[in-house]
Amino acid sequence: MQINGAQMVIEALIAEGVDTVFGYPGGAIMNVYDEIYKQKDFQHILARHEQAAVHAAEGYAKASGKVGVAMITSGPGFTNAVTGLADAYMDSIPLVVISGQVPMSLIGTDAFQEIDAVGISRSCTKHNYLVTKAADLPRVLKEAFHIAATGRPGPVHVDIPKDVTAEIAEFDYSIELELETYKPHTKGNPRQIKKAMEAIANAKRPLFYLGGGIINANAAYEVRDLVKKTGIPAVETFMARGVLSHDDNLLISMLGMHGSYAANMAMSETDLVIGLGARFDDRVTGKLSEFAKNAGVIHVDIDPASISKLVNADYPIVGDVKNVVTEMLEQSIGIDPKKYAPWRETIEKFEELHPLVYHEDTDRLKPQWVIERVGELLGDDANISTDVGQHQMWTAQFYPFSRPRQFMSSGGLGTMGYGFPAAIGVKAASPQKTSINFTGDGSILMNCQELMTAVEKKLPVINIILNNNFLGMVRQWQTLFYDKRHSETDLSVQPDFVKLAEAFGGIGYRVKTKEEFDIALKDAIDKNIVAFIEVIVERMENVMPMVPAGGSLFNMMLLQKKEK
Amino acid sequence: MAESNERRVVSVIVVNEASVLSRITDLFSGRGYNITSLTVAPVPNSNYSRLTIVTSGSVRVIEQITKQLHKLIPVLRVYEHADLVEKEMALVKFPATENITDINTLCEAYNGKIVNAGINVIIAMVADEPKRVDNFLSIIQRYNPKEIVRSGAVALER
Repeated sequence: MQINGAQMVIEALIAEGVDTVFGYPGGAIMNVYDEIYKQKDFQHILARHEQAAVHAAEGYAKASGKVGVAMITSGPGFTNAVTGLADAYMDSIPLVVISGQVPMSLIGTDAFQEIDAVGISRSCTKHNYLVTKAADLPRVLKEAFHIAATGRPGPVHVDIPKDVTAEIAEFDYSIELELETYKPHTKGNPRQIKKAMEAIANAKRPLFYLGGGIINANAAYEVRDLVKKTGIPAVETFMARGVLSHDDNLLISMLGMHGSYAANMAMSETDLVIGLGARFDDRVTGKLSEFAKNAGVIHVDIDPASISKLVNADYPIVGDVKNVVTEMLEQSIGIDPKKYAPWRETIEKFEELHPLVYHEDTDRLKPQWVIERVGELLGDDANISTDVGQHQMWTAQFYPFSRPRQFMSSGGLGTMGYGFPAAIGVKAASPQKTSINFTGDGSILMNCQELMTAVEKKLPVINIILNNNFLGMVRQWQTLFYDKRHSETDLSVQPDFVKLAEAFGGIGYRVKTKEEFDIALKDAIDKNIVAFIEVIVERMENVMPMVPAGGSLFNMMLLQKKEK
Repeated sequence: MAESNERRVVSVIVVNEASVLSRITDLFSGRGYNITSLTVAPVPNSNYSRLTIVTSGSVRVIEQITKQLHKLIPVLRVYEHADLVEKEMALVKFPATENITDINTLCEAYNGKIVNAGINVIIAMVADEPKRVDNFLSIIQRYNPKEIVRSGAVALER
């Protein structure tokens, strides 16, 4: 059929099964918004800032497993969205972000709201397109969705000049894609898998090192089976929280800079690392030359460039982790879980020696208690987002995650301001679950305008602001490594968070005790509108254990033991 | 741990489309890889182009370069050459007052010739292995070259 470029965008979104688009209109994208106005097939959620629109699309994508879609205008609309693109790129979140561009005839003339958008997004997207004629749109949009969702997922940016959205051309979305240069390798090499299984059978102290790729590949339940069947203990990266359930006795905990003592010691003592969809990030490995020093390495990843990038893989397996783990399950018959009993006992001793705990030794509430309490009260019934900082690490340490896609957080880029809009996207994708955003008094101010979005679209996200009047994580580093010079991290001058929420039509609470917190949380759930629960917490609490940047995993700063 | 830097030639077959060259060069600059030289031209009778990149780095870095290049969507193939025929061209402009016979003899020794002789200048061309082009360019210094231009390498696997 002959339709214009703007209509093609709508038709393509419908054909892709998109039910929610996050965005913000402006001059160059107006033709598309005009068509959005006329259609009823998907909902549009108007964010109050383009960065938030993209984070919301990320939250939506992570919670639903579908491709998230955001739409923005040219120039500042696009540059505002760049942080979201970069965030999705670092965390391998499938997105299609469509931006308007000045008309073709004005490109290169420094026109109003013109910026070289594809030039900017090139380094922070999986792929991008500048569409120069409407006839290309069906193919480009179909490729964009395909590329975003397949292989190692990631954001794809499509920049469409305004005159292209008005141009009429033939639209046929049933075209076959011919991507001769893009063929992700999804099936692991059977011989490599066999060798890896032999290595596992021969190892004395093997360790599963589970990464976020398992969640992207929807392979968590296969991994749970493999862990159970082999009896091999497992550590999770920050991005992998929820792959195993918190009550799985083979799950040690998170490893890395703020990983548990037992998890980091297990990684230091193992003789075979079984890496599944993890990328040996510097926050995980600490000092590379000391990382799993005496261990062989199996590395399963869909991205060949992740393998042997930082840690040499003895058994590299390129493939979709779901396919590979399924194959591993079939070949795991010869593996006797009993063999690893002494190794599991060693790890139990590590856990007894320095368990992952905190002390309630101050008048003010401890932030960790708040997180644990939400876990007790809501557990599996909540989806959890976070912002970035101390609260983020405490959430990863203390929330009892029980399923994949329960936890959304900005791991790679570490974007303050991610949590609230992401939680809005999560709520849109998964309305039956309570959407909680753990945040800090620093982070929440970086996208608090999204209160308006949440009120307008009735997306009752509960923001739990762990308020220590500090930019806490930076303060912690200043305390530990900068001789307590707390440069520009004291956030004692603050808004009234209760009034702030109320000003937008949300609800606010300020709590100082456990009783007050329970009442506030219950009330916020009952009221079913967007909420700020400001919890006054201990100011000087540090995230422990901690591996100082560049240090070895086994050299942790530990929580001081309490006198009995 | 210091890893030795090796000179390597990498050939890349890419879809011949807008901005594909910047995807490649952005990757090199963004990840801190070196480009010593780069040549690019369309592959005849196809919609692909071939880039020849001379780079340097440790074994790990070279491996990452080829993998990261391959990850780019419009990249069809990446060859990291081990055994190859490699050629580079240089054009040199001399004052017409220099000894044209000497220059011509030298050029012939390096797969070249005088390609232009005018009233004021002589232009010579050589096409040889990059190291031999280096040699040629150092030898001809005594003939007061006014301008030198090098093409960057092209290479084919044996």
